[in-house]
Amino acid sequence: MIDLIKQYWQPFLWGSPNHISGLAMTLWLTVVSCVLGFALSLPLSVARVAGPPLIRWLVRAFTFVFRGTPLYVQLLIIYSGIYRLELVRNTAGINAFFKDALNCTLLAFTINTCAYVTELLAGAIKATPRGELEAARSIGFAGLNLYRRIVLPSALRRALPAYSNEVILTLHATSLASAVTVPDILKVARDADADYYLPFVAFGIAAILYASLTMIFITLFRKAEQKWLQHLPAST
Amino acid sequence: MGAASRLSSHRWLTIPGTIYTTLVRSVPDLVLMLLLYYSVQNWVNLLTDALGQPQIEIDPFLAGVSVLGFIYGAYFTETLRGAVRAVPRGQLEAAAAFGLGPWQIFWRILFPQMMRFALPGISNNWQVILKATALVSIIGLPEVIYAAQAAIKGSNWPGGAHVLFYLSAVALLYLGLTTLSNFLFAYLEKRFAAGFEQLAR
Repeated sequence: MIDLIKQYWQPFLWGSPNHISGLAMTLWLTVVSCVLGFALSLPLSVARVAGPPLIRWLVRAFTFVFRGTPLYVQLLIIYSGIYRLELVRNTAGINAFFKDALNCTLLAFTINTCAYVTELLAGAIKATPRGELEAARSIGFAGLNLYRRIVLPSALRRALPAYSNEVILTLHATSLASAVTVPDILKVARDADADYYLPFVAFGIAAILYASLTMIFITLFRKAEQKWLQHLPAST
Repeated sequence: MGAASRLSSHRWLTIPGTIYTTLVRSVPDLVLMLLLYYSVQNWVNLLTDALGQPQIEIDPFLAGVSVLGFIYGAYFTETLRGAVRAVPRGQLEAAAAFGLGPWQIFWRILFPQMMRFALPGISNNWQVILKATALVSIIGLPEVIYAAQAAIKGSNWPGGAHVLFYLSAVALLYLGLTTLSNFLFAYLEKRFAAGFEQLAR
């Protein structure tokens, strides 16, 4: 057990400068897919609520498909399904992108979290009190300005508790990356287990790392909620 | 499997219950699955070796079901706990005042009312479990992804489209299942909300 920890503590935490792994890789996957997914979902959620019917329908179809299928299946489709197409292999730029497992996982996670966050934000936008909208309209807000200044700031605040849940789910989902050879915490644990055949120690370390990450995220989001949700009456 | 998780969610002795739900819910399900599956097998092997018995292989189906049950039992516990607390205390006190026994109170008073609050959460959990079953192929259970991978190995289409085809078929299958269960839960929610005003949607 001591040998395992001695040999694997560095890969578990950050790996080496030119081959990051473990905790650092998991954090990287989580942060990138959350940031990109959020950036994409913002316009999508507005389109889902206020766009023309055709666009609304398209966004709905997108979230329906990506929320209705397991992330693991999506990951496999992107990682092996698309990559095995000769069309993709014969196009240099696209081939280079899909060849790297890290790109594929980032793409899959981003799309997946984007679909969930779009629905979540759309719900928050729809829950905007009518009075707020009427007040804003009556003093001359309209179109994009209305959304940028009134609707989104209040909807984003209201969505914060649900969004913190989604970020933690994404963090947990990143453990799937190990199935397509990306060296995250779980992949290191599997390697360590294969070396020493001490599954409880190897996966236990991984579980502790994930649990502490989760706790840290929860604390951060609680701080954020205290800061930005002060104006709302305390619920729960 | 739903029944298994429900059974494991029934013991809530406060402190062990809290530790169980907090720990299980803060670790990814895949990590727990590998942790439990491999370590339990390992311990069984050590035990049988110590007793000088032949090794016992844990049946992967049984292992998959019980591990999923163990993990999602934690999520169900939290859902049900919230639902139980949402039932007004007066209802239970009134039932006790009428002389109903604990089991009668549970089945006739608490359960029908708490299901109304629990159903949205249960349906959410159900959807998550449905999608989590995709993971058991990683511990070697022959479910749909496993079957698709076998089909992929056995065929070779020009243009390499067979991989995409079989995997998309799996995705469609899951999509059908989630849609179907959505309808089912919508029906159940309506049934248990009988007598309550519907919220405007």
